Amino acid sequence: MTAALRFDPIRLPPECVKLRAEVRAFLAEEIAAGTFDPHRVNREDTDSPGFSRRVGERGWLGMTWPKKYGGHERTFLERYVVTEEMRVANAPTRRFFVADRQSGPVLIKYAPEHIKMEILPRICRGEICFAIGMSEPNSGSDLFAAKTRATKTDGGWLINGTKIWTSSAHIADYMIAIFRTSPPTKENRRHGLTQFLVKMKQPGIQVNPIGQITGQFEFNEVVFTDHFIPDDHVLGEIDGAWKQATSELAYERSGPERFLETYYVLTELVRAVGKNPDTRSAEGIGRLVAQLHTMRRMSVSVAGMLHAGKEPVVEAAIVKDIGTIWEQALPHRVRDLAAFVDADVSNHETLDKQLDFATKTAPKLTIQGGTTEVLRGIIARGLGLR
Amino acid sequence: MAESDNIVAETAEKIFADLADAQTINRDKEGNWKAPLWSALTEAGLPLSWVPEDCDGSGASLADGFSVLSSAGRFAVAVPLAETMLAGWLLAQAKIASPEGAMTIAPAGPRDTIKLDADGTLSGRARGVPFAKDAVHLAVLAKGGNGWSIALVDAKSCRIETGLNLGSDSSNTVTFDKTKPLTIKPAPKGFDQTALLLMGCVARSLQIAGALESMLDISVRYSNERVAFEKKISKFQAVQHNLAKLAGETAAAMAAATSAADTIVHATSFDEAVFLEAASAKIRCAEAAEKGAAIAHQVHGAIGFTIEHILHRYTLRALAWRDDFGNESHWAVELGKMVAARGADELWPLVASR
Repeated sequence: MTAALRFDPIRLPPECVKLRAEVRAFLAEEIAAGTFDPHRVNREDTDSPGFSRRVGERGWLGMTWPKKYGGHERTFLERYVVTEEMRVANAPTRRFFVADRQSGPVLIKYAPEHIKMEILPRICRGEICFAIGMSEPNSGSDLFAAKTRATKTDGGWLINGTKIWTSSAHIADYMIAIFRTSPPTKENRRHGLTQFLVKMKQPGIQVNPIGQITGQFEFNEVVFTDHFIPDDHVLGEIDGAWKQATSELAYERSGPERFLETYYVLTELVRAVGKNPDTRSAEGIGRLVAQLHTMRRMSVSVAGMLHAGKEPVVEAAIVKDIGTIWEQALPHRVRDLAAFVDADVSNHETLDKQLDFATKTAPKLTIQGGTTEVLRGIIARGLGLR
Repeated sequence: MAESDNIVAETAEKIFADLADAQTINRDKEGNWKAPLWSALTEAGLPLSWVPEDCDGSGASLADGFSVLSSAGRFAVAVPLAETMLAGWLLAQAKIASPEGAMTIAPAGPRDTIKLDADGTLSGRARGVPFAKDAVHLAVLAKGGNGWSIALVDAKSCRIETGLNLGSDSSNTVTFDKTKPLTIKPAPKGFDQTALLLMGCVARSLQIAGALESMLDISVRYSNERVAFEKKISKFQAVQHNLAKLAGETAAAMAAATSAADTIVHATSFDEAVFLEAASAKIRCAEAAEKGAAIAHQVHGAIGFTIEHILHRYTLRALAWRDDFGNESHWAVELGKMVAARGADELWPLVASR
């Protein structure tokens, strides 16, 4: 075969079952205490520092990281369970999600030891929030067109330029960003970008909120004007960010957040049709559940392969491609199926509100974190077409 | 891919590669390839993989047998291998020894029931029974006054009508009219028609996933050979993205089918977990067959629409296999009913149960 795709049937180990029960009990307590309402789904504007710290106290942040950095040396599959339970409950994970999934692992790999010792334990305690500075006004999917400059100066670098669509920049304590340290070369247009750790809320950084079609303001424009970054905040090789970007992407692309973003409308539809649905509703729900189940099994399979030290880059891209298209279409399919639901069912208003929000959220799902087009390019390369 | 997990599957793969080459079969209008293939499979003990040695089978594990079916799907094998395996497995549930020769199972769908009458004879009609015309014996699940029974029936003792599925393989209506079985025994406790159909669903899901692997393989290869507008068509982004989607459908089918097979391997009964897995696999693999076959044909253009080209061996069989043991609409309704009956807040715990 030209394409050796692999999706091993991973079975979650027994420790995951126990952990899942603990996470569910914790979330039930938080809901009872009024931290969040699982039915109020437009949670993106809710930053909950208290919740973040309590998740940290439970040991559910930095789960797979070394203990010396405050981590817990648990498995990637255990982290998977925590992530999916939080997502399904619509828990307010904004403060810690990016740091835990992405920024921490980058620091572990590329930051100097003293920075790791300073920052990683704070992520594990749920104290700090990270943003990712990739896109610029004229450089989105084409990462290597980034122009924001880092100019060498005494003891560090001066940053000038603009990042855009930066989620959570308005609450973030740190950002991991790529800046241009040299021009691209003729042989390698990816050359010349360097990854930096940026301390936010400092002089020379201005964060301007950008309104979204959902009515929220969760992404931002971040303008750098002679912002100083010390030398020890360089992450990895100068001019060599392109070598560092790919391996984390499998983690970023294949998680449960890539198909559960609008899951709540399916739960609410099942509630609305009641215990004895007509044939049309039953078939519609059955198909959606079969598709959901299959995606979850694919995603768990990738988690298992990552756990085993493999790098399933193509499989992860496939999970995100299929998963995001599914979660994008889900509100529309649920709308179809809800068309004949009794108008007097008790959760009709909740379902309608959720459908409004999910429908407005849907367009971004196939754009953020690697567009459908970029993903299909990666899959095509894996198939030997490019 | 030749991704064999065990010696049984490797044996099957080798036999298929030697004796079930799609190009050779496609050119052989007389069907002369069938007898050598079947005798090699029989010699290797593959049709009775799932029959324990004390029931005259080869006693391979369920997992080994499932790997054989994946491989059979990759070669779009058009002899009653899956059917004989399922029949032997069904007979073994009641400790009935398997005879030699090709077998199939009845009923093969949810809308037909075979009745066991008080006089010990079978009555009823089973439609869409795969390869019934080619079978020497049938393994039958029948409902009597005291529950389910499993019977071994001589194919000559029932009426079998001519019929072909989309892939031009036999798919027949079988009528039992006071048919006297050769052997009949009670099914084990808890075993019913749903259990039989779910096992059939997993077999077909693995075969569909295997066929999709081959569709992807030959479509990628063709796109790297065919030149249009002065370049290989694989260099066109529109073609690349279509093939990426085909890879996605293939991946989904593989994941769904192997997950369901793995669940049956580890299950102690046909419980809700098996139901979710097997029904989901059949639904998702059928959807993947539809989308995947369309893309494979689109990439090939007119040549893939010809009888001379091998593509149809995979696409039409994958589409045909959707209909066996309950189509995706049937299982979607059943799965939807189960989910609704459990209630909204029990959906996630079901999905996240493994």
